[in-house]
Amino acid sequence: MPESLPIVEMVGISIAFPGVKALDEVGLRLYPGEVHALMGENGAGKSTLIKALTGVYKIDEGEIRIAGEPRRLGGTADAQSAGISTVYQEVNLCANLTIGENVMLGHEVRGPAGINWRATNKAAAKTLAKLGLGHLNPKQSLAALPLALQQLVAISRSMVLQCKVLILDEPTSSLDANEVEQLFAVVRNLRDQGVAILFVSHFLDQVYAISDRLTVLRNGRFEGEYRTEELDRAQLIAKMIGRDLATLKSLDAKESRRVRGDEAPLYAAKGIGRKGAIDPVDVELHRGEVVGLAGLLGSGRTELARLIYGADRPDTGDVAVDGEKAEITTPAKALAKHIAFSSENRRDEGIVRDLSVRENLVLAVQARRGWARPLTRREQDAVVAKYMDALGVRPADPERPVRLLSGGNQQKVLLGRWLATEPDLLILDEPTRGIDVGAKAEIQEYVADLADEGLAVLFISSEIEEVVRQSDRIIVLKDHRKIAELEGGPGVSADSIVTVIAEDGLGDPNADAAVREEATT
Amino acid sequence: MSTLTQAPAEPTGVRALAKRLSLHLDTLPTAAAVVIFIGMIVYGEAAYGRIVQFNTLSNLLINNAHLIILTVGLTFVILTGGIDLSVGAVIAFSSVAGVMLMNAGWNPWIAMLVMVLIGTAFGAASGILIQYFHVQPFIATLAMMFLGRGLASILSTVPERLADDSPVRELGTQIKVYDGPKVNDIAITPGVIIAAVVVLAAFFVLHRTRTGRTVYAIGGSEQSAQLMGLPVAATKMWVYIISGTLAGLAAVVYTARLGSAQNITGIGWELDAIAAAVIGGTLLTGGAGFVLGSVVGALVLGLMNVLITRDGSIPPEATTIITGGILLVFVLLQRAVLARRRE
Repeated sequence: MPESLPIVEMVGISIAFPGVKALDEVGLRLYPGEVHALMGENGAGKSTLIKALTGVYKIDEGEIRIAGEPRRLGGTADAQSAGISTVYQEVNLCANLTIGENVMLGHEVRGPAGINWRATNKAAAKTLAKLGLGHLNPKQSLAALPLALQQLVAISRSMVLQCKVLILDEPTSSLDANEVEQLFAVVRNLRDQGVAILFVSHFLDQVYAISDRLTVLRNGRFEGEYRTEELDRAQLIAKMIGRDLATLKSLDAKESRRVRGDEAPLYAAKGIGRKGAIDPVDVELHRGEVVGLAGLLGSGRTELARLIYGADRPDTGDVAVDGEKAEITTPAKALAKHIAFSSENRRDEGIVRDLSVRENLVLAVQARRGWARPLTRREQDAVVAKYMDALGVRPADPERPVRLLSGGNQQKVLLGRWLATEPDLLILDEPTRGIDVGAKAEIQEYVADLADEGLAVLFISSEIEEVVRQSDRIIVLKDHRKIAELEGGPGVSADSIVTVIAEDGLGDPNADAAVREEATT
Repeated sequence: MSTLTQAPAEPTGVRALAKRLSLHLDTLPTAAAVVIFIGMIVYGEAAYGRIVQFNTLSNLLINNAHLIILTVGLTFVILTGGIDLSVGAVIAFSSVAGVMLMNAGWNPWIAMLVMVLIGTAFGAASGILIQYFHVQPFIATLAMMFLGRGLASILSTVPERLADDSPVRELGTQIKVYDGPKVNDIAITPGVIIAAVVVLAAFFVLHRTRTGRTVYAIGGSEQSAQLMGLPVAATKMWVYIISGTLAGLAAVVYTARLGSAQNITGIGWELDAIAAAVIGGTLLTGGAGFVLGSVVGALVLGLMNVLITRDGSIPPEATTIITGGILLVFVLLQRAVLARRRE
């Protein structure tokens, strides 16, 4: 706490990448025995600051002081020897090795005959036990563990290194509520042992649950350092996005629902289904309407979207587009019918990391035209100019490799890619997952505009509130079947949908609790 | 992994064995290689006779000592997820250069040291290209392969014979360990001893040193290994240096046995060594495999040649087809194992 000396002090840190100043005179102080949250939108410089602290990036200006001593860190190994360990969003362990090896890798106990595996596994077990993971067998393969436990194993590893500073970079993004609680118990335990913990997360609830103080960054600049209890959520968001909540609120308050005309549906499926993915359902999608798919993780949301797009071949059912019978069995056929699908898996099925923003934007248009007729540079530029501007992709540099963009901006590029095909029906699977509040609001706003312009939009999100806010009509899925279809309006809220889901399977006492948990994340 | 040193099954029945096996799926391809090797011996003994006897098995080791050494080197590289295509050409250059140096009057022992160091130099060059110039291992070692083959051809295009009294030939001389009836002796050569030492040393390095564990970690995920603070760059350099050095050593062992060297020696041996490693259970994507498995893989290939010779009715041309078939079976087996592991 502030009366003691900070273990880490970063002063006036600046880092420039070609064309961008990623960090501009940013400061950060970490005290022993505190959980410190690092807050900011995507692209605000959180990752860059962490990488500066862990020695991955060289700092151009400024100073890092560890326990009062100025230090120049040359890399991960260097940072680790200075007592700084990092646990990343994606678990960075080796799945081909055992739990014990992962914990001890590089620090195995050695004897006269090389590594002493018995002692090494014992030391691993001891470390795991300290974090309440005593039930794990160090000789078991890491790959057999669920992701949450792997995350905790990664933290145990930093304990072996006697770390004084633990950086948790989005550690909870793939964990469920119970697993988050388990992680937090470990984090509190470490904090009480005097470790300084830097916590980065998009989940405000979690930040308020765990952190003592927080530092806010915006656009690569230091916005302020606060005690968590002295800053409420609205103030925090305002500091992060640099404008008040009016924009967000206006979207929330929007009551004027679009009125669906009586014309025939753009897309109508009767009894479309696929064994093991989703039971036969009827889906009707109209122009100028946002239809939401609500349901828990694994309820069949993505499966249904993939059937509509033809990414998976339906076993049953008939599909009509604009009243004409259509066979949509491959994505190419869907594109030909002006149906576009933006996958939930942004990294693997969405952006092509090493291509530029321009190349990513024109990809779908080019695919539809066929490779024999490449887009001219002028046509490309037209597409790029139109969508980069409309969606507000930042930085506005079309030649920048898309991997250098923040998650929210990558999502905008993806959205632009599909819009460039001028679809009549746009399927958005989790378009706002893992992106920050500001970008989220922009994307939500844009989706609403698209529907106003006459597009049919199928909107999928695991945040039920978001589905409710965005949709004119909501299809509720549960256990791979459709259980309800609700017209949007004042009567429909996240709670009412949760009730629908919960009441559908009465007799399963856990269902209700699980639903509520997910609804509130 | 310590699994190899543990007894594979407690006497609690088939189910316990199956459970153990599923816990250690990594060892399954290697276990399969052992089973196939034993199966080949049993089949050979039943069909042709005179397989399970001292001299046949001794010769199997003597004739394949160089391949075992090569395969051990390749195992290091493949465990990191890399590949080394240069080893066959390194053998050609190293052996031609070595024999010419000895014939030119160099001290044979110094010449042998030079042969090994030629391999080290090639390995270091590949390692530098891969680690510091970010060349794909396939391309970097392919370039080294062409370089080695070309240098060997520049030196000589005819077989260079070693003097019969050269001390190098002693490395290839058979030593009778046990004098059996007629020619049925247990015999080894210093070359076999060298191969055995190499295998044991490799086993120690891979399973009992931090460098060895880093090799496995890199194969599992290079990025993770980096973020864990392991010395990834140095270790990757080391595996190519080890592979090159062992290729130089294999050149010494092979030249000692044959007594001559030629620029076309070792064509395709890199692929034999890769095949042996894969048959022995090493995953080409890295991170899984055992050096002892690679030895079994090399012996499977060697034994196959013996069986084909004994059979007589199989044309030697078919050898490569059979090698390919075995390889395919093993790769399919590995894919099945990987699919199980992902579940």
